[in-house]
Amino acid sequence: MSPLAARLLPAARGGLFVGVLAVVPLFGLQHWVLNMLVFVLMFAAMASAWNLVGGLAGYPSLGHAAFFGIGAYAFAMILHNQQLTNGYVPFVWLPVIGVIGALLGAPVAAIAMRTRADVFAIVTITLLFVVQTLAFNLHSLTGGAQGLSFPVAPFPAATFELPFYYVLLILLALAMLLTYATMRSKVGLALAAVRADEDKARGIGVAAGGVKVLAFSVSVGLTAMVGAVWAYYQVGVIYPQFAVDPLITIAIVLMTFLGGRATLWGPVLGAIILETGQQYLAYQLGASQFYLIAYALVFLLIILVLPRGILPTVAERLRRRRRRASIANPDRSPSLVDSVEVVRQ
Amino acid sequence: MTDLLAVSGVRKVFGGVRAVDDCSLSVGEGTVTALIGPNGSGKTTLFNIVTGYLKPDAGRVTFAGRDVTRHGTGRLYRHGLSRTFQQARVFPQLTVVENLVVAGGYRWWQLGAPRIRRADRERAGHLLAEFRLAGVADLLAAELSYGQRKLLEFAAVLMSSPRLVMLDEPTAGVNPVLVDTMEQHIRERHAAGVTFLIVEHDLQFVMRLCDPIIVLDAGRPIFQGAPPQVQQNPLVLDAYLGS
Repeated sequence: MSPLAARLLPAARGGLFVGVLAVVPLFGLQHWVLNMLVFVLMFAAMASAWNLVGGLAGYPSLGHAAFFGIGAYAFAMILHNQQLTNGYVPFVWLPVIGVIGALLGAPVAAIAMRTRADVFAIVTITLLFVVQTLAFNLHSLTGGAQGLSFPVAPFPAATFELPFYYVLLILLALAMLLTYATMRSKVGLALAAVRADEDKARGIGVAAGGVKVLAFSVSVGLTAMVGAVWAYYQVGVIYPQFAVDPLITIAIVLMTFLGGRATLWGPVLGAIILETGQQYLAYQLGASQFYLIAYALVFLLIILVLPRGILPTVAERLRRRRRRASIANPDRSPSLVDSVEVVRQ
Repeated sequence: MTDLLAVSGVRKVFGGVRAVDDCSLSVGEGTVTALIGPNGSGKTTLFNIVTGYLKPDAGRVTFAGRDVTRHGTGRLYRHGLSRTFQQARVFPQLTVVENLVVAGGYRWWQLGAPRIRRADRERAGHLLAEFRLAGVADLLAAELSYGQRKLLEFAAVLMSSPRLVMLDEPTAGVNPVLVDTMEQHIRERHAAGVTFLIVEHDLQFVMRLCDPIIVLDAGRPIFQGAPPQVQQNPLVLDAYLGS
């Protein structure tokens, strides 16, 4: 493959993916299918955002649902007591909410990322429960357990899901674009070094602290924006137990692990598989918590069969095959550079 | 000859063990200095203190005339003091060339630049050719043999154009051919003006390559001199063989 083709291929692949998703709703899908796709996109965007810190930096945050909730409440507070005549106007607030989430995330990261691995996971899940407790108890701001109300989005019932679908598609594309740009830049190189051996990375002058805080901030900023869209989709009221829900964190971590950490497409693939499965089962079996058993089974499956996730496992097999081909016929086989790129995508 | 590195009255205690105890020594610029001693004599602890991986309980470390006692590892690296480890530490999920580029150092304002620029590849290419790693440049470091990893780690520390390279057991676990290769690379770099401080258990390697040799026992230097003097010194013989 020529260098130009190698450079254009990811853009073509990404463009095709977004293009297909953009035309899917035009085929007159039923509401339940569109609703399912809205949630698939929502979780795909969040899993991609989580991957920036949990995958690329190797810091398994369990506190992302806190920022999802912060985004949701920030959005609900902005709209509280407002009259909406144009349903699209509130989306203008999304970048502001993203910046707020990122700014709140920076000091959290600067403190929490002094710890590593399991301790970091515990610190961040503690943050999640602190935010949830605040959401329950700061009645004047959040409405407490009674929830916080705001105007329902004035979209026609026949196409109610579509604006949310497209906004979430944009957020997913943004998360993937940022992931891709990170992986192709020296930030990605620094994060990969941190993930492999942080002490050694610091010892060779890598700005480990800076890149970790950057990755965390961008990641939680994106998550806050998704939280805001989720709030708007909740038909006029949000409750703390759903806005700051540990199951959201568990879902996005599981999706990323299933698809493949530190890869561009892994979190998206994981989200498509798990969220589609969960939503489908919910429609078939009724709203229940049975899917949690399925989550446990998927966790076991990953631990036992796919410890690196689907994409890295498949890519590794491809890579081995190419190496064998390369040894057998050095002139005709693809280069090893391409093979490494395959593993990362 | 001026001292590039000076350690003065350094002490490090772990629980009840004095790993380094009132240790003072210096490394002259342009030398290949060896730091030897029996197991547990405090060589690696001293290495870790000098390179910022451990903070001393007392004492002072000076590098190129600057007090660097409390400096972090990255800052020391940028000042020109780099090191390798007993067990080769490379980044396994980065390619060989990426291992070199990341060690080349870049500041925060360069973080947005492409992962591997053409200039990076050219710069790394010289070292890869020198260390005969050009053929595996695009393989993941995880796929290299242990000896190749040792070479890669050594090549990587040279990316930052260091003034002092500290090698922690460069020949440990590698075959005799690679020991010769390693020695050759050290000699070439030394000729190019790099100062070395080497911790090593292979005394033949040390006697061939290093001068002076500092002998450490129970956390402090007991003797310093040229190889023939070290071989005949009764204190050194006592430390290694027992009295």
